[in-house]
Amino acid sequence: MSAIAQPRRRSRSIIPGFNLSLGFTLLYLSLIVLIPLSAIFIESAKLGWHGFLDTVLAPRVLAALRLSFGAALIGATINAVFGTLVAWVLVRYRFAGKRLFDALIDLPFALPTAVAGIALTTLYATNGWIGAWLAGAGIKVAYTPLGVIVACTFIGLPFVVRTVQPVLEDTEKEFEEAAASLGATRLQTVLRVIVPTVLPAIVTGFTLAFARAAGEYGSIIFIAGNMPMVSEIAPLLIVIKLEEFDYAGASAVAVAMLSLSLSLLLAINGLQLWMRRRHGAAR
Amino acid sequence: MNLSTIDARPTPSRRHPTATDERRWTQLVLIAIAVLFLMGFLLLPLIAVFDEALRHGWTLYREAITSPDALAAIRLTLLTAGIAVPMNLLFGVAAAWAITKFTFPGKALLVSLIDLPFSVSPVVAGLSFILIFGRHGWFGPWLFDHDIRIVFAMPGIVIATVFVTFPFIARELIPLMQEQGTDHEQAALTLGASGWQTFWRVTLPNIKWGLLYGVLLCTARAMGEFGAVSVVSGHIRGETNTMPLHVEILYNEYAFSAAFAVASLLAVFALVTLGLKTYLEWRHGDELAATRRH
Repeated sequence: MSAIAQPRRRSRSIIPGFNLSLGFTLLYLSLIVLIPLSAIFIESAKLGWHGFLDTVLAPRVLAALRLSFGAALIGATINAVFGTLVAWVLVRYRFAGKRLFDALIDLPFALPTAVAGIALTTLYATNGWIGAWLAGAGIKVAYTPLGVIVACTFIGLPFVVRTVQPVLEDTEKEFEEAAASLGATRLQTVLRVIVPTVLPAIVTGFTLAFARAAGEYGSIIFIAGNMPMVSEIAPLLIVIKLEEFDYAGASAVAVAMLSLSLSLLLAINGLQLWMRRRHGAAR
Repeated sequence: MNLSTIDARPTPSRRHPTATDERRWTQLVLIAIAVLFLMGFLLLPLIAVFDEALRHGWTLYREAITSPDALAAIRLTLLTAGIAVPMNLLFGVAAAWAITKFTFPGKALLVSLIDLPFSVSPVVAGLSFILIFGRHGWFGPWLFDHDIRIVFAMPGIVIATVFVTFPFIARELIPLMQEQGTDHEQAALTLGASGWQTFWRVTLPNIKWGLLYGVLLCTARAMGEFGAVSVVSGHIRGETNTMPLHVEILYNEYAFSAAFAVASLLAVFALVTLGLKTYLEWRHGDELAATRRH
């Protein structure tokens, strides 16, 4: 505000407030996000390289990391398949209750994770509405790793649907008509024309769902049963170490989680870039 | 040529009403799968919350949500959201202004850093504030000497909530303001408006629905945050318990009906959020950022 319309080195714009807005943004970002996160790396460094590896490679920590990331990947995959199907059905077909379901898609964003956790546990316990039915088939969901996958699927559900939906709405039917008129069957048209168009959106949604599920805590701890080595997730292990005042150990697990999810996100982004280049860039 | 090709195929109209539709039974099967999936993961859990909450009648329900601990939790949750959301609103507007109205080096990095809290586990966020403000943390001894409590008290809960809801408003505003460009602001400034006048009279009216949309999502998450708040709260009843934490305590004490009663209040908040969100999308969809719909 102080420097209205003063010519500045970088921005040759007459719009004011560059220093103020960028300064505030950087300050706030540093205070709330960057400095606190760096504290975790500094704390874990106290262990030294060997201590860090000993902590992170302990069987219980490895099992927890494997469960958190494995269940998140499976949940995101389930969402990639069913989320795309849901988006397709919502965009292309008409049926009773469509608007209700469309609005409900965002429930996992709006419903507190603890509420989701106890609701899913009640539903999928062996005496619950769905759990009793599955128990009849010999499948136990609540208090097993399967329950962790259910929770991961729930919280990641909106991401794929909401990234694929707008792309499907924008696809032009002309391409499908062209494919059909050139003799393609409907299945061929779907696989060769529609899927390549929405694939980048599916991958984006998959990535977001995965990132959210890998760090999820609230909805999982209720349904998981939290048995060490079996159904204990990595964030819970951090909480346990904190309660034992093992700050360095908790930080080491946190660093392992952060590095794993950031490298997986980078790998998926790289894959997406490669895909876009290979398909000659739709846009 | 195209049309004649379709017409020439044997009985095309019976297999495909039009060339770009599936057969009716294929449609029905796909709809059935989608509806079953959404029922199992969304609709039934939601119904279960209310069913469990009211299982033992209204009297117990009313008692559960009007107990002193529950009321304290409701107050703390509203207060936390009431502080955290305006803070992130201020940040969101400043960040979007800097990023969309100017060019500067490192902009792409800044945008990805703003998204960072989305890929950090809430528990890790809570841990980082313990390391800084906790009894043995960086500022712990100093804070202890001056009798200032951040962790295991309300300020810690607010900071953890701010971290977790950090990107929501900025992410909503950046694509929206990018799309709108700077022409209107430049015109206002050329005609002699001051910087703040331009912001209040030109920019803000253009982004108000997007802003409201971001505030809505931010508020919903702020009231429901569990992991990060759980780590820094210390779970002191009537003092540092937010509504989601109160739900957890009741549930772990096997007070299921009471737990679900408080949970059902949160579920009602969530449904109101979804209702308002759907309304905003329906009424002002074209004024929201076209690139992002959630």
